[in-house]
Amino acid sequence: MATAAVGGAGQEKQLAPTLLSFFIYNPKLGPKEGEEEKKILFYHPNEVEKNEKIRNVGLCEAIVQFTRTFSPTKPAKSLHTQKNRQFFHEPEENFWMVMVVRNPIIEKHKDGKPVYEYQEEELLDKVYSSVLQQCYSMYKLFNGTFLKAMEDGGVKVLKERLEKFFHRYLQTLHLQSCDLLDVFCGISFFPLDKMTYLKIQSFINRMEESLNIVKYTAFLYNDQLIWSGLEQDDMRILYKYLTTSLFPRHMEPELAGRDSPIRAEMPGNLQHYGRFLTGPLNLNDPEAKCRFPKIFVNTDDTYEELHLIVYKAMSAAVCFMIDASIPPTLEFCRKLDSIVGPQLTVLASDICEQYNINKRISGAEKEPQFKFIYFNHMNLAEKSTIHMRKTPSVSLASVHPDLMKILGDINSDFSR
Amino acid sequence: MSREPPPGEEEAPGGGGGDGTARGRAGEGGCYLALCARPVHFEKANPVNCVFFDEANKQVFAVRSGGATGVVVKGLEDRNPISFRMEDKGEVKCIKFSLGNKILAVQRTLKSVEFLNFIPDSPQLEYTQECKVSKCPKLMWLGETLMLVLPEKRSLKLLKNQSINVNWYMYCPESSVILLSTTVLGNVLQPFYFKSGTMSKLSKFEIELPAAPKSSKLSLSERDIAMATIYGQLYVLYLRHHSRTSNSTGAEVVLYHLPREGSCKKTHILKLNRTGKFALNVVDNLVVVHHQDTETSVIFDIKLKGEFDGSATIHQFVLPPRSIQPYQMPVAGPASVTSQSPVPCKLYSSSWIVFQPDIIISASEGYLWSLQVKLEPVVNLLLDKGKLMDFLLQRKECKMVILSVCSQMLSEPERGSLSVIATVFDKLNHEYKKYLEAEQSYTMVVEAGLSRSNPLLKRPVRTQAVIDQSDMYTHVLSVFTEKKEAPHKFTIAVLMEYIRSLNQFQIAVQHYLYELVVKTLVQHNLFYMLHQFLQYHVLSDSKPLACLLLSLESIYPPAHQLSLDMLKRLSTANDEIVEVLLSKHQVLAALRFIRGIGGHDSISARKFLDAAKQAEDDMLFYTIFRFFEQRNQRLRGNPSFTPGEHCEEHVTFFKQVFGEQALMKPTTF
Repeated sequence: MATAAVGGAGQEKQLAPTLLSFFIYNPKLGPKEGEEEKKILFYHPNEVEKNEKIRNVGLCEAIVQFTRTFSPTKPAKSLHTQKNRQFFHEPEENFWMVMVVRNPIIEKHKDGKPVYEYQEEELLDKVYSSVLQQCYSMYKLFNGTFLKAMEDGGVKVLKERLEKFFHRYLQTLHLQSCDLLDVFCGISFFPLDKMTYLKIQSFINRMEESLNIVKYTAFLYNDQLIWSGLEQDDMRILYKYLTTSLFPRHMEPELAGRDSPIRAEMPGNLQHYGRFLTGPLNLNDPEAKCRFPKIFVNTDDTYEELHLIVYKAMSAAVCFMIDASIPPTLEFCRKLDSIVGPQLTVLASDICEQYNINKRISGAEKEPQFKFIYFNHMNLAEKSTIHMRKTPSVSLASVHPDLMKILGDINSDFSR
Repeated sequence: MSREPPPGEEEAPGGGGGDGTARGRAGEGGCYLALCARPVHFEKANPVNCVFFDEANKQVFAVRSGGATGVVVKGLEDRNPISFRMEDKGEVKCIKFSLGNKILAVQRTLKSVEFLNFIPDSPQLEYTQECKVSKCPKLMWLGETLMLVLPEKRSLKLLKNQSINVNWYMYCPESSVILLSTTVLGNVLQPFYFKSGTMSKLSKFEIELPAAPKSSKLSLSERDIAMATIYGQLYVLYLRHHSRTSNSTGAEVVLYHLPREGSCKKTHILKLNRTGKFALNVVDNLVVVHHQDTETSVIFDIKLKGEFDGSATIHQFVLPPRSIQPYQMPVAGPASVTSQSPVPCKLYSSSWIVFQPDIIISASEGYLWSLQVKLEPVVNLLLDKGKLMDFLLQRKECKMVILSVCSQMLSEPERGSLSVIATVFDKLNHEYKKYLEAEQSYTMVVEAGLSRSNPLLKRPVRTQAVIDQSDMYTHVLSVFTEKKEAPHKFTIAVLMEYIRSLNQFQIAVQHYLYELVVKTLVQHNLFYMLHQFLQYHVLSDSKPLACLLLSLESIYPPAHQLSLDMLKRLSTANDEIVEVLLSKHQVLAALRFIRGIGGHDSISARKFLDAAKQAEDDMLFYTIFRFFEQRNQRLRGNPSFTPGEHCEEHVTFFKQVFGEQALMKPTTF
């Protein structure tokens, strides 16, 4: 959150926290001396020299082992040093994820020379522990568990999947803008009157009936959740993916006026604003690829693999999730488009209208009187009047970073 | 089969008729029309027995030997026949009772009518009066007043005399309206309305004839006109035969709406798409058209959607043509001791005479039936469920059929799609809401004491078409959810659809429906769905629902908080909230809550101290104990408990744990 805020006197410069390294290892994979490299499943940055990688992994292993003697069920979660902080997370048995974050620095000039002052107490453990856990959840959403990869093709497959996923994902971490909201990893729900909500329910049920291969559906408006057929934990991470990655990616072309969504080219078809955010771009192209991202849900019990179809009309987005064993055809996509498109368009304008009425009644257009962050751990509902808008790269908190830090401290005090 | 007997021919033709075979299209199934099971059986017309039918009282008169050997009067409603004797003073031409069977009018000659006071259970009639009139009158009872129509003078005579040239006339006893055919062509109809002895002239109207007649002769026959009340409104029904000159595809029935005030207007056209001999009945607000050539009937419902041609709404028949359901005549009389099998009745026989609104008489067999519409077969003939509901909702005996249609569309093999189900629910709730609104505005008027100033105000009638939540729950939804045949997704979707529909019509949803939703969700471990429904208040707050949630806590822990939140929102359940919190040993939370609503001065100290002790948390006990000491101090100026508070054991316990000196000292000023 402390992004390059230029200090007052003495030409101080603040350097935000950055990711130093990120690695995943399994001590069981190379238990013998001399085989330590085998333990390492993923290491970022990859350029680091092999021995250093082994050394760092070994150190983490040792710390975890050492702290385990004091608390067998809860080994160390983080290690504070002057320059950086390390976070440990064991999402699956013997699989360890480690994230090393450099503390923020104040760069001062003394006698014309730069002097670096590490701010050891600036980072909040809970925030970055949560970020690390989310890294795993996100990986799991798109790849399934580590164990599943091992079963599918051993270490080789797991390494490939980790490399493929984290190589890109780590670039989107934006550690400098992480704050209390990352601890909650909550879901923002769209406020709605009962009748409109019931209409949406009715719409979803009918769509699931018409497109009978749909297993789960989620419905969002204005990047806020209205309905989830998925279980809470799966929805939580899918929501994060949608709102921090998929939607922003598609927002920009819309704002730029490209890719005009209105499509009148289909004769006889009702004009509507529906389009696919995942899957085929142009339904009229017979060569169009109907490839959808695969996601993994309910990994604790039924372990389901699904295709994620995200379809949007105006501000309303629907995620249809279908069993991965049924590949969606172009024909299916056209059917979906012709059924969902017109109805979703109508529904989206209904919601918009209702929303505006409610806003006028409640006078929500005014600046909120109180600044607050609300989180309900039962339904993960989250609301903040502090954050103007949370994008993946920038967190626009309207209060001073110090205040955010205090809030974070209070939160961790209460949850201790 | 004639549309109506011509004047003076009310005596049913004797003999002839049935060849004893029930042809028709019964084989195709789905006969939606039937003759009533308990017809009026009378002695067939024969040379010594004359049969008369009185439309006003719906009575059949069997007059044997001019009345000397007995007159038997039977009606559909009155199950006990009236029988009496009268002196045979010649052939009876017409015989009718006044309303209530008090006065009998008998016409034997063309010029006179006799009146007899009828006393029940008396074998003989008391002769009172004989009225001589000029020539050939026609009898018509208007309540207790008799009207004589004198065809000779072509005029009509009551207390007041109206002189009009009349071709023929027709009287509808239900509405007390008489229709006179005037002008040369006969197509200008003049209606009169009778009420308590007075007669008012309604505005006359012209029936459009199919083609301009070539000659100036009577072109509108009485046989092609009928009057009937449909949906509470009087209509004149005109059977317009197919004419070669017009390009119509067949005959049609044209309905003229005849209001008490204002002019008569052509409003509906019923397309028959066939030609030949027809007869009309009106049953349950449906126009039934019998077709003799095909021995089938069709029905029309003017409330169903039709095509508007700029002046009238054009209707096609609702259901495919079907024969009246085959009817077995029990073999009556002493001859049938050798158990003979019942004889099938010849339907659509040429000896049938049809009367309004729903009477069919077979003179040859000696039967009088009322025609009935059977709704069960309609279900399989009208596949469009929305249209089916529109049709059923207008029928008198519709409730059980509608409920069975609902059950049917929710289960295999004829499971309907959700959009069809939604349409059906919406139609039912539309009707339900109409009733609720009428009931509500009635209550409001009564409560405001305005009922006396408005004598027309009546409590709205609850027809069978009002299918409320309790009906749906008992007969459809609870059965459907219990069967567990359908996938749970479908079950929940159906319940939500019903709740959506109720909400759409702003009908308050009953708690048991929510309970059904909650139970179904819980059975399938869909707690997150339940949570989301509660979050958007789809399941409205109520104490029973809060208690149900509370009971779910062991399988879904967040239900506890959801329940408390709901109780708090209800704001009438403060005691329950305190109890719930205390039962969870959340004594401080309970105390804070009660203080928040300002009730902390009147609560029982013992209750809270009990809960604190059970929590086995000394510090908690200390805090609670101190709170009440302070309350005692504030309220009574002394921190000690009064004997009435029954806290002795807690004081002892406190002393045990914290020592005597820990008790609060009374502050002295």
